[in-house]
Amino acid sequence: MIDTIVPIPTDTAEPVADERAAKMSARNVHVYYGNKEALKGVGIDIHDDRVTAFIGPSGCGKSTFLRCLNRMNDTIPGARVTGEIELDGEDIYASKMDVVQLRARVGMVFQKPNPFPKSIYENVAYGPRIHGLASGKAELDNIVEKSLKRAGLWDEAKDRLQESGTALSGGQQQRLCIARAIAVDPEVILMDEPCSALDPIATAKIEELIHELRGRYAIAIVTHNMQQAARVSQRTAFFHLGELIEYGRTKDIFTNPREQRTQDYITGRYG
Amino acid sequence: MTLGVALVAVLVIAVAAGLCARNRAKRLRGGGARLNSLPNYHALYVGLWAALPALLFLAAWAPVQSGLVEQAVLASPAGQQLPDFEMARETILSEARDIATGAIEAGFNPESTALAPIYSEASAKFAAIGGGIAILIALAGGFLALRRLGVEFRARSGVERWMLGLLLGASLIAILTTLGIVLSLLFESLRFFNLVSPTEFLFGTTWSPQTAIRADQAGSSGAFGSIPLFWGTAFIGAIIAMIVAIPLGLMCAIFLTQYAPHGLRAWLKPILEILAGVPTVVYGYFAALTVAPLVRDFGIAIGISSASSESALAAGLVMGIMIIPFVSSMADDSIAAVPQAMRDGSLALGATKSETIKKVLLPAALPGVVGGVLLAVSRAIGETMIVVMAAGLAANMTINPFESVTTVTTQIVQLLTGDQEFDSAKTLAAFALGLLLFLITLVLNLIALSVVRKYREAYE
Ligand SMILES: Nc1ncnc2c1ncn2[C@@H]1O[C@H](COP(=O)(O)OP(=O)(O)OP(=O)(O)O)[C@@H](O)[C@H]1O
Ligand SMILES: [Mg+2]
Repeated sequence: MIDTIVPIPTDTAEPVADERAAKMSARNVHVYYGNKEALKGVGIDIHDDRVTAFIGPSGCGKSTFLRCLNRMNDTIPGARVTGEIELDGEDIYASKMDVVQLRARVGMVFQKPNPFPKSIYENVAYGPRIHGLASGKAELDNIVEKSLKRAGLWDEAKDRLQESGTALSGGQQQRLCIARAIAVDPEVILMDEPCSALDPIATAKIEELIHELRGRYAIAIVTHNMQQAARVSQRTAFFHLGELIEYGRTKDIFTNPREQRTQDYITGRYG
Repeated sequence: MTLGVALVAVLVIAVAAGLCARNRAKRLRGGGARLNSLPNYHALYVGLWAALPALLFLAAWAPVQSGLVEQAVLASPAGQQLPDFEMARETILSEARDIATGAIEAGFNPESTALAPIYSEASAKFAAIGGGIAILIALAGGFLALRRLGVEFRARSGVERWMLGLLLGASLIAILTTLGIVLSLLFESLRFFNLVSPTEFLFGTTWSPQTAIRADQAGSSGAFGSIPLFWGTAFIGAIIAMIVAIPLGLMCAIFLTQYAPHGLRAWLKPILEILAGVPTVVYGYFAALTVAPLVRDFGIAIGISSASSESALAAGLVMGIMIIPFVSSMADDSIAAVPQAMRDGSLALGATKSETIKKVLLPAALPGVVGGVLLAVSRAIGETMIVVMAAGLAANMTINPFESVTTVTTQIVQLLTGDQEFDSAKTLAAFALGLLLFLITLVLNLIALSVVRKYREAYE
């Protein structure tokens, strides 16, 4: 299997950005569920200050790849990952890598909002507490407030911090989950179809939020919504049947894809 | 004619009516009509109408008949000579019945031989009446049902209604039986409370049910304070057993759901379930023969001279082991019911497995676990064999687990075994104890079920 990392053409705008080292880089990643090969040699770089979108038809391995980046695949019995994935040049599958630490650095937001059945405050404080990020109540309050503000939920939640997180609306719950992820101060945030369970207004809010967060974190997002990928991302990767077909600037992918299959998918000819 | 003959006759009528209905339906179809229901449904419909009402009547008639026969025998000239004393009369009557049915050749009491012919005559008469009525009902049912047959007739829905009735009846039997048990317990308990005041029973702290036969015997006044028994029951079943079963069962469930590799889980879970199916008498042996001596020796070794070989600790430990599968399977269910998304959410934040279990899974599963524990307690306090074999008989109020205590179920067994008159306070006390135990476990179960149900709703 050849390594399908596709070099980014440098003849378009923004040439400087790509010369920096990638935040995370994957090379020749294969994933097997039992005997079934779900990813067949994928290579991608994810950069700081930038949103990378993963698109492709259902079952093509987008979630699988995303879950490799913070080793959530470890929790699936029978799943096996080969290849190299580095975070700041460190191999995250190396035996000396502490998974717990890795997941604190690479946070994740899931498709369905999954707040804990605890208060809003406790939901956000959960991560900082287990990682010992706050040395006192005041500092913890501070982290909670800052995270909720960054997630754009503070105004709606500040008067009901002790209410259960599950009592919020779907969109609010998803922003709570983002706040929860932000609270541990990650470097990368992975989002797996974060808006697929939300209505258009809640979706717009999350997209806006992704824009704002971009400056601080490297973000990778899986989406089925072409417009969303076009709106929020700077890089787009198109997956098909476990392979990375094309990876490049979002602009290029959407206006001028090099692969016929990408073209077909984007224009809705299959999916 | 006996009722048995009537029973056979009813069945024959039902089958005949069913066959008749099928033929008729076939003929209708042969005539070119499109029937609403298949001929077999017609047959079933008619057969059910012929059989069931008549059978129900027979079932109701049988007890009525024996009462009527008895009355007839007593009303006869020979019957009026019988002694007034109820027990003697009953004995003679039952002998007469046995002679009449040919079960015995001759009775112990000479009167019974004279009564036997009267008895068989009366029972033949009433059986003929009852059997005749049953046959008439069967004929009428079959006939009326047959008349309704036709092209348009919906035998399928008719059969459906019968099925509904049948199933409803089956489920009612279980419920009514429970009700019957409660009522009979209640009845006997009321007789007990005529002899012993409820306050003494509920709040008394001395239990010594040995009433003397002669008034001058020592200990002639039995004491029926049930508190020591319930203390012993709670001490063994709700305290010691739970101290063993809750942590072990929980850890077992956590291991099975969260840590055990798939293959191991597939092995361990059935083994645990088998553990739940071991007859309690086997646990009883284990408690009495193996654990009790060890516990006593241990107690003596650490300087407790009163350590008994029928200690509360031995019975409680073994009972705790017995309860582990209950606690673990309830906890297993409720941990498994916590959505995977909760676990993923916590792990993705960088929590370790055990942090996730402690901070997310267990709190979310807690109501289910509590429900499981309550069910386990109610099972433990009703458990009999282990305590009969391993716990003592002395009604002590002690918190020293090395001493012997007794439990409600042990005492019930004590009170009811051996030769007992059935109307002494001592015997009746067993029913009152049973009733109280039943009420306690009922309340525990109700609480447990409502806790579990409430929690189930939370994730739906
Ligand atoms: N836990 C698992 N066990 C076995 N096979 C799995 C598992 N998870 C995913 N797969 C398989 O791996 C392949 C890729 O799945 P993945 O969830 O990554 O797809 P996806 O691109 O995220 O799809 P979708 O857009 O529908 O979410 C699919 O064929 C799927 O059936
Ligand atoms: Mg997916």
